[in-house]
Amino acid sequence: MSNDAYIYDAIRTPRGKGKPGGGLYEVKPIDLVTNLLEEMKSRHGLDTTQVTDFICATGEPVNEQGQNIAKTALVYSSWDDITVGAQLHRYCAGGLDAVNTVAMKVMSGVESLGLAGGVESMSRLGMGASGAAAGDAWVAMKSYGISQGLGADLLAQLDGFDRKDVDRYAAQSQARAARARDNGYFDQSIVPVRDINGVTVLDHDQLIRPTTEEGLAQLKPSFTTFNEYGHGDFLKFKYPEVETVTCIHTPGNSSGVVDGASLVLIGNKQAGDEQGLKPRARIRTCALTGTEPTIMLAGPAPASQKALQQAGMKRDDIDLFELNEAFAAVVLRFQQLMDIPDDKINVNGGAIAMGHPIGATGAMILGTVLDELERRDLNTALVTLCAGGGIGIATIIERV
Amino acid sequence: MSFIRLESNADGIVELIFDQPGKDVNVMGDEYAEAMPKALDELESMGEGLTGIYIRSGKPGQFFAGGDITMMLEMDLHPTREARSDMLEGIMQAKAPLRRLEALGVPVVVGINGPALGGGFEIALACHHRIALDTPKVKIGLPEAMLGLMPGAGGVVRLVRLLGMQDAVGLISQGKQLTADKALARGMIHDLAASEEEMASKAKDWIKANPSARQPWEESGYTLPGGEPSDPATQGLTYFGPVNVMVQTWGNMPAQQVIMAAVIDTARVEYDTAHMIEARYFQTLLLDQVARNMMTTFFVQMNAMDAGASRPGGIEKSAVKKLGILGAGVMGAGIAFNAAKFGIDVVLKDVTLENADKGKAYARDACEKSRSIDAEKALEILGRIHPTASVNDLADCDLIIEAVFEDRQVKAAVTEETEAVLADTAVFASNTSALPITELAHASGRPENFIGMHFFSPAERMPLVEIITGELTSDEALARAFDLAQQLGKKPIVVKDAPGFFTTRVIGQTITQGQRMLAEGVNPALIENGARFNGSPMGPLETLDSISLETAYHAANQQKADAEAVGEPSDPGPESEVIRVMVEDVNRLGQAAGAGFYDYDEKGKKIATWPGLRDLFAKEGYVNLPFQDIQDRLLFPQVLEAIRILEEGVIGSVGDGNIGSIMGIGFPPHTGGVYQCVNAYGVQAFTQRAKELATQYGEVFEPPQLLLEMAARGKDFV
Repeated sequence: MSNDAYIYDAIRTPRGKGKPGGGLYEVKPIDLVTNLLEEMKSRHGLDTTQVTDFICATGEPVNEQGQNIAKTALVYSSWDDITVGAQLHRYCAGGLDAVNTVAMKVMSGVESLGLAGGVESMSRLGMGASGAAAGDAWVAMKSYGISQGLGADLLAQLDGFDRKDVDRYAAQSQARAARARDNGYFDQSIVPVRDINGVTVLDHDQLIRPTTEEGLAQLKPSFTTFNEYGHGDFLKFKYPEVETVTCIHTPGNSSGVVDGASLVLIGNKQAGDEQGLKPRARIRTCALTGTEPTIMLAGPAPASQKALQQAGMKRDDIDLFELNEAFAAVVLRFQQLMDIPDDKINVNGGAIAMGHPIGATGAMILGTVLDELERRDLNTALVTLCAGGGIGIATIIERV
Repeated sequence: MSFIRLESNADGIVELIFDQPGKDVNVMGDEYAEAMPKALDELESMGEGLTGIYIRSGKPGQFFAGGDITMMLEMDLHPTREARSDMLEGIMQAKAPLRRLEALGVPVVVGINGPALGGGFEIALACHHRIALDTPKVKIGLPEAMLGLMPGAGGVVRLVRLLGMQDAVGLISQGKQLTADKALARGMIHDLAASEEEMASKAKDWIKANPSARQPWEESGYTLPGGEPSDPATQGLTYFGPVNVMVQTWGNMPAQQVIMAAVIDTARVEYDTAHMIEARYFQTLLLDQVARNMMTTFFVQMNAMDAGASRPGGIEKSAVKKLGILGAGVMGAGIAFNAAKFGIDVVLKDVTLENADKGKAYARDACEKSRSIDAEKALEILGRIHPTASVNDLADCDLIIEAVFEDRQVKAAVTEETEAVLADTAVFASNTSALPITELAHASGRPENFIGMHFFSPAERMPLVEIITGELTSDEALARAFDLAQQLGKKPIVVKDAPGFFTTRVIGQTITQGQRMLAEGVNPALIENGARFNGSPMGPLETLDSISLETAYHAANQQKADAEAVGEPSDPGPESEVIRVMVEDVNRLGQAAGAGFYDYDEKGKKIATWPGLRDLFAKEGYVNLPFQDIQDRLLFPQVLEAIRILEEGVIGSVGDGNIGSIMGIGFPPHTGGVYQCVNAYGVQAFTQRAKELATQYGEVFEPPQLLLEMAARGKDFV
């Protein structure tokens, strides 16, 4: 019996602006999750007793996102008690890591059907809400961590990208996202968030905005404070060839702060058949790797290469690449290193336009690229993200 | 006689008196560790009869000096795990009596009659009420960090709880020593007294008025001043503080890292655990090479220097009453201000009165800029400086410092002119960074009184004086120059006359390597950062910019002309080509000109290295050298040159070389100086590395004979 792991569905909430007043600010993180749980169940008429586990990633597992939000959400929802859950933290890679983890459970043959996803209410639990082991003074002095945004500025500088390059990319992301939204490319996956009376709270991605390169050029760099207050020198412990870092990343060419959740149903063939589910794609392989942690953002290319190698594939075997737009320079670097044409990567925009709800993003962009494969009737996609500590993650999917 | 005396009064107050036998000052070593628990045993046995404790010193004007550095230097640097465990227990045992003291249940007051530094102030911190004599002799603080250490007897835990993390980390990491009034203002003590009697009486009054005194952090409702580590109000410290420690020290000062961590970590936990955490961090420094380096150089060798190790014996200590200074430029004026500040009358002579007045104006500016000099004090200082254009005004000076141009003829002329009016016994000191003293002394009619005193710019701030004896310089002249340097508050090192003396010769090596690497096509950022990671205050290119490329250019040309004049082949080396290109081809003359190896803004602040350097010296792209090689190429040749100087007998004292290299030319202080850094590296390992560098980067890295011998015999530079 084949233990291939199939994606049966991938859904998400729309992304609300991640600050007080944002479209999902009033919604508790757990309700973002249960909205998706109920939708997944009802959309497919799932017998939830057959779903073993739910891995849910979040970047701030504290307070109302705290402990085990996965099991808490299941208990609070209409799902059967037999389905269990766990919270997962792999920084920005969490959502995709949840997918990979459930896929590996299925591939191992130990489990047959599971859920993966993530949730982040950045408006209610801002970045850093849960503190950080890396924030310890002694640890910090031994680990050479710097502001992630300054790491992006450094990355751009070392790779030779300037402000114009990153703004040009950002404008493209916005244009692509707007076009995709206007043409309804996201409609299949977005599940409107509804309140306790079933009234819609938000049904569209809130952050996409009309943007020009000229407009972007007016924005002030975001990470100068870190650069000037020590981090600009601290990075020299790893990059002594640097004299000064020029800050080029702004709110316009960095990922947006948003709220949102994602959910993916993964299982083997038999479990899907039993529930009458039609597999949308197969997860061919997945990979994790670590890269230099001070710059932190260079993981996607090595992780992707590792995944390609594992799958016995070449770059050209991939039809579409989906790389989380943490910062514009991350994508530019990846494209340069992997030599990927503009029209094969992030074809419907990304986090610069729509936002990056930390723990939810990985599973979200997996769904986005799967939708696009289907729309274009293409076959393979590679999803990848950079994450804290220099982590790189990649997943290769192919339609069946 | 014992370390601690307990004297009971009728009212139940016991005086605990520190009076270490056979010492002028009390120190916290083995004897203290033995005496203090016994004293506590006795105090605890007194029961209800005990109403309070007044702690004071039995030494006149001396409270308690701190830890026993000699003992710490003798500790094994690499003990076994078991020995480390015993060591930790020892640290905790040494802390225990102070914990017992503050928890005795009776008020404890301390009277600080003199310096209370390090361990001394840690004892005071364990008391509920601190009173200090209001005299300038009282100095209060935790200066351990200056020797690469941290307080290990509860000083971190208690100061953090007393003042909050922000204040405590500043006081401890900078090793601040405060006068009694300043300590009062900072909340480190509670009261001042005009006399020992008043102090005792205030202490006893306080004890009677506060029978249930406790430490503030043991009162209910106590909160950490400034906020807990988790409080957003302290995020500036907890987030940026550690990074700043690293970037300000380039990771070279373990004590600074440990202090930052200890301050925050002890603030997170309850009191007894905090003491345990402090002990563990303290232990890392007892086992730290950098601390050993700093204790060796800044304590042992500095004390020897201060005691006159390099000063000829048998000559009575002298003091200059009237100092003559020739040349009122920046150097002369700086020395004049420095001398006047230390109460010496100064005759400041230049060729015109206008020039001499400018020199005095420099002192006026310096007074205005100084926070420690008020208007009254400024008047007093400036009143001691007498500008003149007349050589006759120098007649009754007991010592002359000549600070005119670095030009043999000019120096000879002023020597003759001045000696003509001087008393026969007056010492004539030439301030030069490189001109041979014996040769300059040819202009003198009494070369035995002629000596070199190399001050560093700005003279009023730089702590070092390099004293150079000529062939005929007498011991008497040397002793008097040495005494003057100390009178000026400076550290004197003594060297013999040889080209470049000590400091100029040593620093020249790193500057040369910097230029060579640039010429080879190494990224200038790596060169400059290499020096900074080594612990140097600035990179070789920045140093040369600040000296002026034009000066270096002229010096190189002069050297070439001199060599050719005596028929010697001239080998300018790639470094002079770098200078030539910078000066002749691109007209970038250094910081003063607003453009050198670096670009500078309108205010003269450096921006970054000039991007044009790449086109000039790395047309084909930068050459890849391992960063460690770059760092070593900047550090090793200085050390090897210093060893050659020692080998030649030009410098006689390892301590002078260590201190001179750090205080004169910015050699990395955490290494303990040019010689101590070899000990720390391991003499054999250092020799081996020098050989490797010689193979790759030239004979300047060849280990000198002296080093080879020491490596063979496994001997350290001491």
